[in-house]
Amino acid sequence: MQFMLLFSRQGKLRLQKWYVPLSDKERKKISRDLVQTILARKPKMCSFLEWRDLKIVYKRYASLYFCCAVEDQDNELITLEIIHRYVELLDKYFGSVCELDIIFNFEKAYFILDEFLLGGEAQETSKKNVLKAIEQADLLQEVRLHTDP
Amino acid sequence: MSDVVEKTLSALPSLLSLDSQAGPGKLSSSSKLGNLIKGITELTSKHEEEKLIKKELASLKEQVASPNTTMRQMKEIMVRAIYCEMLGYQASFSYIHAIKLAQQGSVLEKRVGYLAVSLFLKETDEFLLLLVNTVLKDLQSTNLIEVCMALTVVSQMFPKDMIPAILPVVEEKLTHPKEIIRRKAVLALYKFYLIAPNQVQHIHSKFRKALCDKDPGVMTASLHIYLQLIKESPESYKDLTGSMVTILRQVVGGKLPLDFNYHSVPAPWLQIQLLRILAYLGKEDQGTSEVMYDVLEESLRRAEMNHNITYAILYECVKTIYTVHPKSQLLEKAAECIGNFVLSPKINLKYLGLKALTYVVQQDANLALPHQITIIECLDHSDVIIKRETLELLFRITNAQNVTVIVEKMLEFLRLTSDDYSTIDLVGKVAELAEKYAPDNVWFIQTMNSVFSLGGDVMQPDIPNNFLRLLAEGVDSVEDRQLRLFAVDSYVSLLQGETAKLPQRFLQVISWVLGEYSYLREEDSDPGSVMRLLARLLDQRHTSTETRSWVLGAMTKLCSSPVSVALARDVCERYSGSLNTVLRQRAQELMILSQDTKLRASVLPAEGRLESLEVDSSLSFLDGYVSEALAAGAAPYKSPHQRQEELVQEKALSLEPYGLSLPVSLSSCSITDRLTDRQSPTLLSMSSGLSGNSTELSHKEGSTALKLDGVKRVWGKDGYLAQQQSAGETPIPQVELPSPLLSPQSPPSQTQKPSSGPEPDQEKRQLASSLFVGLGSHNSVCLMGRAEPAPRHFRRKPRGESSSGASEGSSDSSHSSRSAAVDNLLLSNLLDTTTVASEGGAATTTLQQTSQRTLDHTTSNGSPHVEGTEQRVEAGGPLSLIRGNGMVAVVPPTHTRTDPQTQPDLHPAPALERPRDLPLTSHLPAELSGLARSELTTLCSDHDPSLALSACRVYKEDALVLLVFISNNTDSTLHQMALQLTCKELEISCISGSPLKEVKGHSVSVCLHTVVMKRASVQVELAGLLSYQRPLGQPQAAQFSLSLSLKHFLRPLTVSTGDYGKMWLSFSHDLKQNLRLVTTEHQEPLTATLDALKGKLHLHIVDVIGSEGIVACRLLQGQGQGQPCLLHCRVHADSLAVWLRSPVPELPDSLLYHCQKALTET
Repeated sequence: MQFMLLFSRQGKLRLQKWYVPLSDKERKKISRDLVQTILARKPKMCSFLEWRDLKIVYKRYASLYFCCAVEDQDNELITLEIIHRYVELLDKYFGSVCELDIIFNFEKAYFILDEFLLGGEAQETSKKNVLKAIEQADLLQEVRLHTDP
Repeated sequence: MSDVVEKTLSALPSLLSLDSQAGPGKLSSSSKLGNLIKGITELTSKHEEEKLIKKELASLKEQVASPNTTMRQMKEIMVRAIYCEMLGYQASFSYIHAIKLAQQGSVLEKRVGYLAVSLFLKETDEFLLLLVNTVLKDLQSTNLIEVCMALTVVSQMFPKDMIPAILPVVEEKLTHPKEIIRRKAVLALYKFYLIAPNQVQHIHSKFRKALCDKDPGVMTASLHIYLQLIKESPESYKDLTGSMVTILRQVVGGKLPLDFNYHSVPAPWLQIQLLRILAYLGKEDQGTSEVMYDVLEESLRRAEMNHNITYAILYECVKTIYTVHPKSQLLEKAAECIGNFVLSPKINLKYLGLKALTYVVQQDANLALPHQITIIECLDHSDVIIKRETLELLFRITNAQNVTVIVEKMLEFLRLTSDDYSTIDLVGKVAELAEKYAPDNVWFIQTMNSVFSLGGDVMQPDIPNNFLRLLAEGVDSVEDRQLRLFAVDSYVSLLQGETAKLPQRFLQVISWVLGEYSYLREEDSDPGSVMRLLARLLDQRHTSTETRSWVLGAMTKLCSSPVSVALARDVCERYSGSLNTVLRQRAQELMILSQDTKLRASVLPAEGRLESLEVDSSLSFLDGYVSEALAAGAAPYKSPHQRQEELVQEKALSLEPYGLSLPVSLSSCSITDRLTDRQSPTLLSMSSGLSGNSTELSHKEGSTALKLDGVKRVWGKDGYLAQQQSAGETPIPQVELPSPLLSPQSPPSQTQKPSSGPEPDQEKRQLASSLFVGLGSHNSVCLMGRAEPAPRHFRRKPRGESSSGASEGSSDSSHSSRSAAVDNLLLSNLLDTTTVASEGGAATTTLQQTSQRTLDHTTSNGSPHVEGTEQRVEAGGPLSLIRGNGMVAVVPPTHTRTDPQTQPDLHPAPALERPRDLPLTSHLPAELSGLARSELTTLCSDHDPSLALSACRVYKEDALVLLVFISNNTDSTLHQMALQLTCKELEISCISGSPLKEVKGHSVSVCLHTVVMKRASVQVELAGLLSYQRPLGQPQAAQFSLSLSLKHFLRPLTVSTGDYGKMWLSFSHDLKQNLRLVTTEHQEPLTATLDALKGKLHLHIVDVIGSEGIVACRLLQGQGQGQPCLLHCRVHADSLAVWLRSPVPELPDSLLYHCQKALTET
């Protein structure tokens, strides 16, 4: 996977994770143009795009678009399921996730993503294991918060 | 959409805008971040947002700088900084603090610190070096969470140069008791492998252990590495096929823990990964493929549930089945599967079905037949992506019969699209189809007109170029004339209309064609009409300067009639004062040529238009000049790209003091050294306190170890490993290659007649029959009687020079006399006094008694073909022979084109028949007989028929041995023999035991010399003088010269890949260039090219990994030692990007020249 973007229906970026080294300028250009392209597409249209030299897989969940750029030989359908599993993870973690959860706790969303995808590859596909890892780290946080006034 | 997704969606509550009701407890809206976010949502304009963020950033900046900020506050600040960056504002001041937070914070703060680092920084950032110690410390921590965090950040980005520092610790983690740590360690190593494969080579055995890990997660992670490894060299991992098949069988059979199930499908990610690996393993390998047929079939069978994830597996399965060695049963099932995809109402599946179909029709076009109606429906689909993919499919099944319909569909799409990327792509495809399959001239020209109007100025430049070449080439037949005439007519009518909308490129094409071929219509129209049209174009405001110069060029060719001359004068007056120098020059040319008819006729001969120009793109006719200049001390040429790089790297030096372990003086030494001995004042001033003398000294000593260490630190960053990385990231999609084996095995059921769809309406049926004509069985084609191939002259010439088709050959020969005539015209004055340029391995005999000579220059290295006027007619025979043994013979006019070896009967001295290859080689010294040697070259045979001199090179491991054979063909003995070889660039020493004194009658003497180069140069000229005395005669002398090229002094350098890497980093002189790839039927282009180089230049191929190859050689220099030169070759698009490095400044340059030459000859 080359990158993952989360953006709202208004085109606001909510999360961005880049797995290939690109300059800030390129990143901004890609995300701006891509967001526009995807927002212009109708709901019943194909989830896969051959956009410039990238292969894009995207899916809309309520007001949020999840969008991944993958390698040419990658399987589009499984990428769609990666997105779906990520949504499931967020949902389970936040308990009925909504866009606001992601906006206000975006660092948590990043932590979950890092536990799920590492360096652009799915590292742990078991929902239970990902959440266990996150909870362990979070637990430390809670403990720490209580001892530290 | 699948049911499960539907459920999830309904489970997600109304995720609308920001009325903050949902879970306020989690929103921490009282926090500073919460305030910031709320503040932003309340704003109405982008401008206000900008103001607010600027303010926020200023306050953040102040806080991070304050010494009182605790780590906990810092964590909060980082989160806000990340947010600002996400909105597109730079918070670069916080980068260093993110690193500090990761370094000093508690576990939780560290986590945010690492996150910020991974979001802010990139692999190339220098800041990352500061992170190395922190990562190292955390990797060794006893706290699992810290180790996990460190491994996570390492697998996302890590400076390549620093990998060795942490590699042992990461490796250790492979045996960690916790599976999560092992898994992350495996993925970190995978990442290292991608960016620096050499560094993890030694731990391949540990990867195998990971593959056998008892935890399926770790095993899955290790498959990432194996996918990569197997993709790069499937041969080395064939033994894993059995294990992979077993794993897949177990997974499919549901043997994994339920945790790994995804929507009750067992470990789909793992399945897909395994299927991809199997595809690489089984590709073009029947034996391996047979092992996996069963499990592939089982996968197909098991994946039947109606859910996206099973479709994903099916799709991958189909791809694998079509990649491995074909099995008809499986192919049938896969084709059925593709059919289901295509017919599916789900748009995603339809798209993938079309894509799969596009892939498989390359193997068997008949597979498209059952889906005609669906395909036609997709052509009018509302989703542009589907339409586009359908056109791609049609492009693959185009033939001479359906081309017009398909091209029309493509042009329709082009007229509607506004996306440059698809325009460029499609326009190229239309042009390709038009050239390949055009049914007639009118259609071809009209289609190309659409291509040029639609492709405009974004299309690939080779489209107009190919088109013009196609017009210009071809024999001067009636058909060609018609094509040209039609083009001219169509352009004239275009120009008569509105031209403002035509793209500049199109106007340029029009100008050129009108300039060249307007004369074809001259008879039936008034002579000035085209000129007037061009002049009108010239005056229009939208015409660009470049186009104007094309137009002026065309006018220059056209101004033959008085009307035109008057018009031309008019134009010249306006443009000869232009501020643009090109325009001004063109106008001047037009002015002069329009007034001087004679001059014009000789510069632009009407007949010469049809000739194909031979362009020597390697500029080899300048070789002599270049090598002279180089010998005289000129600096070798550096491409702009290379100069740029040097500049950048000089900058890198000053920016990267961190980690530079050497004193400044050393590194500056190396810079001076790099710049080929030139010491500019600026460089000296950089070398703080270093005198010019010591620089000189260190250079002269050639103290490689010392200065090269400096180079390594400075240059390592973008060195050899950078190449590797980029190659790793953009792998060639090998799966996509069609296997030609598949086509004959297509199931017969699919060769159906067109239009068998379920009651399509009439229109679609018609379209179908026109689209799919020619695809069905042979019968239908014969019945229609339209199976004739496309007209030959529309076929595009092969793009590279690799395969010169028959048509090219024929056109060459038909023009050869004409081109020779032009050559002669241009060169006749040069030929009066001749000088001979020579080429590699050629021997030129210069004879004392010949004062007037004619010149003959062979073309075996692609240098321009120049012939003496008086020899043109009979040049064929002897020339070919001369080419054969690579020598240039200069023949005195008294002997009319004779060569002792081909025309002995004409020769005055029959004795000369004797110096044949065979008898002479018997005189080879025994110790040299087993070694590789060159053909014999005759040095000078005809000045004195009784004495023949020949030379031969023997390639010894440590030297080049030059043998000179002196054959005495008379009865009498030759006395006072002395042979002298001189050349200032070579070190020559005589090794024949005793100096030569005499040669008895009818015997042969051999003189042996070892020759090595003093310094690398492309080629050197060796002068020889043989003095001798006949009984009762005056002392006589024969002069000869012999040129030796660099390639004679090259020897393979056998090194290991590891040593190669070390040497690479330590060499300071480098050169980059793109060379053409050699293509053969049996080999990959890379292997074929490397083999060609190996064969011609005695190189050693160290290793070939994927699309890259590394090659090493050494240049014989001095006694028993050599100077190494390393080549790094990478296939890039259609060419081979070669990067040469050597410790000797001249060597890469000279070697590159020979590589170029060797590849042009192949």
